[in-house]
Amino acid sequence: MTRRVRLQDIANARAGDKGNRLNIALVCRDPKDYAAIATQVTAERVAQIFAARKPTRVVRYDLPKLAAFNFVLDDVLEGGVNASLGLDGHGKSLSFMLLDMPVDVAARAQAPT
Amino acid sequence: MTPRVFIGAGAGFAGDRSDAGGPVVDALAKADGPRFLIYETLAERTLALCQLERRKDAGRGYSPALERMLSPVLARCLEGGVKIVGNFGAANPPAAGKRIAEIATSLGLRAPRIAVVEGDDLTGRMSKAELAARETDGNLLVQARDIISANLYLGARPIADALDQGPDIVVTGRVADSALALGPLLHVFGWRADDWDRLAAGTLAGHLLECAAQITGGYFADPGYKDVPGLAEVGYPIAEVDADGDIVITKPSGTGGIVNRLTVIEQLLYEIHDPAAYLAPDVVLDLNPVEVAEIGKDRVRVFGARGKPAPETLKATVCIDGGVLGEAEISYAGPNAAARAQLAAEIIVARLRQRAPALKVRVDAMGATSVLGASDRLPDLSAPANDIRLRFAAQSADAAQIEMLLDEVEALYCAGPAGGAGVRRHVTPRLASASCLIERRYAEPRVTLLGAAA
Repeated sequence: MTRRVRLQDIANARAGDKGNRLNIALVCRDPKDYAAIATQVTAERVAQIFAARKPTRVVRYDLPKLAAFNFVLDDVLEGGVNASLGLDGHGKSLSFMLLDMPVDVAARAQAPT
Repeated sequence: MTPRVFIGAGAGFAGDRSDAGGPVVDALAKADGPRFLIYETLAERTLALCQLERRKDAGRGYSPALERMLSPVLARCLEGGVKIVGNFGAANPPAAGKRIAEIATSLGLRAPRIAVVEGDDLTGRMSKAELAARETDGNLLVQARDIISANLYLGARPIADALDQGPDIVVTGRVADSALALGPLLHVFGWRADDWDRLAAGTLAGHLLECAAQITGGYFADPGYKDVPGLAEVGYPIAEVDADGDIVITKPSGTGGIVNRLTVIEQLLYEIHDPAAYLAPDVVLDLNPVEVAEIGKDRVRVFGARGKPAPETLKATVCIDGGVLGEAEISYAGPNAAARAQLAAEIIVARLRQRAPALKVRVDAMGATSVLGASDRLPDLSAPANDIRLRFAAQSADAAQIEMLLDEVEALYCAGPAGGAGVRRHVTPRLASASCLIERRYAEPRVTLLGAAA
């Protein structure tokens, strides 16, 4: 039995920048969800989510000891904090674009309330 | 029990709170072991602006945050034996040292012993062409007219050397943020320069502390999903590190915020690219073996960092003139606001197509309560909004083009759609920055002791 949740229901995310490169750390709130997230939140899927920002490369690094993943997206910040015309040149808000993704998890997982 | 070093974070960036250091100092003063308070206040932009200021006045060019951050804690640090390590020096570390001595005098304190670390500034030592030849990921510097600032990231060794001379305060220019913590650890524990695993652990401690509240509940809260108690009075972090590099992250008692597995892991991976190779001047940190364990209320143990030999080159950041950014905003509210805002945006685009065809203009539309709110209550964000604020932004080396955009937006008041309201306009000088990899022989760290009166 699985149920569909939003990634925000089961994981934390934090965005950071270096120049025109964005990283998003994704951390399982319950390490038991690690495998389900690993299968579904692939680098390809993340590249699709951020397609409007035209990443030239998306890499996922896996950190099983932390039940976490690190996504690195190249060239998605319109040149970065010194060059972007947008208000969020750091990309700090972009972790929530990832957290909006639907995922299927084992039915036991409950959203915290 | 093995001795521990206690390192608190007073600020994670120049715009950080200045009252957060107080509770950290109070907690450190009660700690049983060497204690340090570190300040990271040097964004790329800050350093370049400081360099410009120094050119105008040789007595300035240190961090504008220095006075605001240090004044509230200086007395308590000197009384409590808490040594301060901060990169307040920016483009002029000796001037920062002098200023700290003046602040101590004006507060009626004893003259602090202040050590100044210099040697990160490459301007005057490397030409534009030499820097351009070492630029990574781009070729900004080849086209640049003038270099504003060029600074190497020094490592922890000069900070440790400075602390070895027994100062109360160490003030640096550009150093790796993590070196602010690794320096005190090298000083206390005397770790060898090739003790890669311990250097990695000390670098990790610094990385965890360098953004201050980001590990104690800041940049974390998401109501209903990730609740943080007392965020308005969030406590800034303290790392307890033992001689083997085992770390405990905690925060002062009686403060708000939270330290748990999740706050620590989010910060552990903050601004990380390949977790197997976090490059620092003193070591390459491998985060893959790191483990995190909650060992008490607001106490998280972090252990297992592995290190690899330090990179052969040092990173430098070079800043050049980036023209000016212009931003102008105007609001449309009430019935049919969206259509009026859309029309306003189309008018600006049409006007500029004629008058400044090369200018790239970005338009954002934001909306909750930009003009229909009230000054005596918080906005009601549960109600549907019909209040759109347009933002126009462009960047150019030609300030006249930017003024033209801002004038066009302001002209919407009388010549644009009905009800246009609340125009604001801003012009910000911009800097562009490039990264270079520089041979270590260009690093010339040196330590000077000021005010050795005591």
